Amino acid sequence: MAAFIIAELTFLEAARRKILRMALIVSVVFLIVYGLGFSEIQKDLIRQNSPIILRSEIHNFLTMAGLYVVNFLGIMMTVLTSVDTLSGEVASGTIHTLLAKPVRRWEIVIGKWLGFAIMITLYLILTGIGTLIIAYAVSGYAPPNVFKGLALIWLNCLLLLAVSFFGGSVFSTITNGVMVFGLYGVAFVGGWVEQLGSILKNQSAVEVGVMTSLIMPSEALWKRAAFEMQSPLATALGGITPFSATSVPSPIMIGYAVVYLTIALIMTIRMFSRRDL
Amino acid sequence: MPSDLALYTRSLKKVFDDKVAVQDLSLSVKRGEVFGFLGSNGAGKTTSVKMLLGLVHPTSGDGLMLDAPLGNHRARSKVGFLPEHFRFHDWLNAEEFLKLHADLYRLPHDTAQKKIPELLELVALTPHRKKKLREFSKGMLQRVGLAQALLNDPELVILDEPTSGLDPAGRRLVRDIIRDLKGRGTSVFLNSHLLSEVEITCDRVAFIKNGVVVREEELHKLTSGEISVEIKAKGTTKEIERELREIKEIGNVRVDGDHLSLTASNEDQLPRINRLLVERGVEVFSIKPQKISLEDLFFEIVGTEGGW
Repeated sequence: MAAFIIAELTFLEAARRKILRMALIVSVVFLIVYGLGFSEIQKDLIRQNSPIILRSEIHNFLTMAGLYVVNFLGIMMTVLTSVDTLSGEVASGTIHTLLAKPVRRWEIVIGKWLGFAIMITLYLILTGIGTLIIAYAVSGYAPPNVFKGLALIWLNCLLLLAVSFFGGSVFSTITNGVMVFGLYGVAFVGGWVEQLGSILKNQSAVEVGVMTSLIMPSEALWKRAAFEMQSPLATALGGITPFSATSVPSPIMIGYAVVYLTIALIMTIRMFSRRDL
Repeated sequence: MPSDLALYTRSLKKVFDDKVAVQDLSLSVKRGEVFGFLGSNGAGKTTSVKMLLGLVHPTSGDGLMLDAPLGNHRARSKVGFLPEHFRFHDWLNAEEFLKLHADLYRLPHDTAQKKIPELLELVALTPHRKKKLREFSKGMLQRVGLAQALLNDPELVILDEPTSGLDPAGRRLVRDIIRDLKGRGTSVFLNSHLLSEVEITCDRVAFIKNGVVVREEELHKLTSGEISVEIKAKGTTKEIERELREIKEIGNVRVDGDHLSLTASNEDQLPRINRLLVERGVEVFSIKPQKISLEDLFFEIVGTEGGW
């Protein structure tokens, strides 16, 4: 199937343009810095003979902070690498030679999406599992529901991938970038409004947050992932940190994100198929 | 059952926002024919080609390519296309580029293995097969683009301005390839404004102006039609002049000293005129037939407007 050839081509392009190598380098740097930082703090905790409850809180905090970076970097990598994949081929004219072949437009969209999805999966395995292994090696702490949490981060990246594809099927690269990061920003701010509202028991603020999650469910997915993976103690204590959830998005939001992603992809195919190239 | 047409369009029209790019494109290209598509820049040539390939959706009208509706992806497996600006994935090397497009044509692995070196040889890129397209000159890109369009032994080849900005060797290559394709019975749709190229290679031409096909012409008819003849000869008498006028295939006879001009219905009249003059004791220095060139016709039909 032509989609697989296109997926392979997408992979090859990322390799040839040294995107894969750069992503690998920054991930390794991140993991090294994370490991060094975590182990220094761990040494301190041992030296000061800190109470077990504090240690546990700090281990949870640092692990969640690492995973937050995994989520954030994953999203950034997803959007930055994919934002020009459709619009760029259209703008440069390389699409003409591809589509003069017995290839349908949806095969280009799905092929490219698959190519990126595989790269993102590998990236998340490296950074996500790497973070967890380092945290465990340094502190002996392993968060609960690891696979569920990582799966949610993965879904989050695939969601933004689909949104960036949709933008690329309609807009120029720059406009698409503005749109995707704009939506991400809205979701981010909305997520905070929701968290604060939940702590201050302000129901309207929580509703504003939920509304923004409907516009763009990316922050909600992270909050849900954080809720799954934070320690039961942290959940019980509550409190607000950037890396935890007080107002927990319902599982329905996960289903909503899956539907959102699917519709974004279908719309991408529709728009791209109708477009004059 | 395959028809004898490689391409057929009926009233194709394309409007972008408020600009009419193609008003009425109705043409047919026979199988095995080399078809020249002529017009000034901005006349709608490239939009027309894109509609044939399904890259641009017509606002109205329809057509067939190799008996399938325009835009049908299966028909494209028998089509080769060289786009106008030769923009390809330039991080691939020449061999990888051809491999990619062979895959997209679904060529079996061993066919591709055989075909790719052959085509690289044909377009004289064998020494550069491992070089990235990024490092290619425009002429080399055009050549690798041509190779790409021939991977599938196409039944129809569409070339959009294949020789623009090329050196004479590149143009000659295109010309040779077109001739070779014609020999194999492949239909060629040549979109060009280099008239001399078209004149040499094409069987038939269509002129497009402001998005409308204004005229279709068979080139051999064009070149075998009425010709004007300039003769340099000493000793043309009034009697010889009258004798020439009496031949019905000859007209507009004018004698001005050593200079004699007339029109003949076809080239076959030239030896006859020569014989007559010589037999009457006229000293003939030269006989120059002046065919109506494609260029004359182009200006006559399309005019001089447009910035080419």
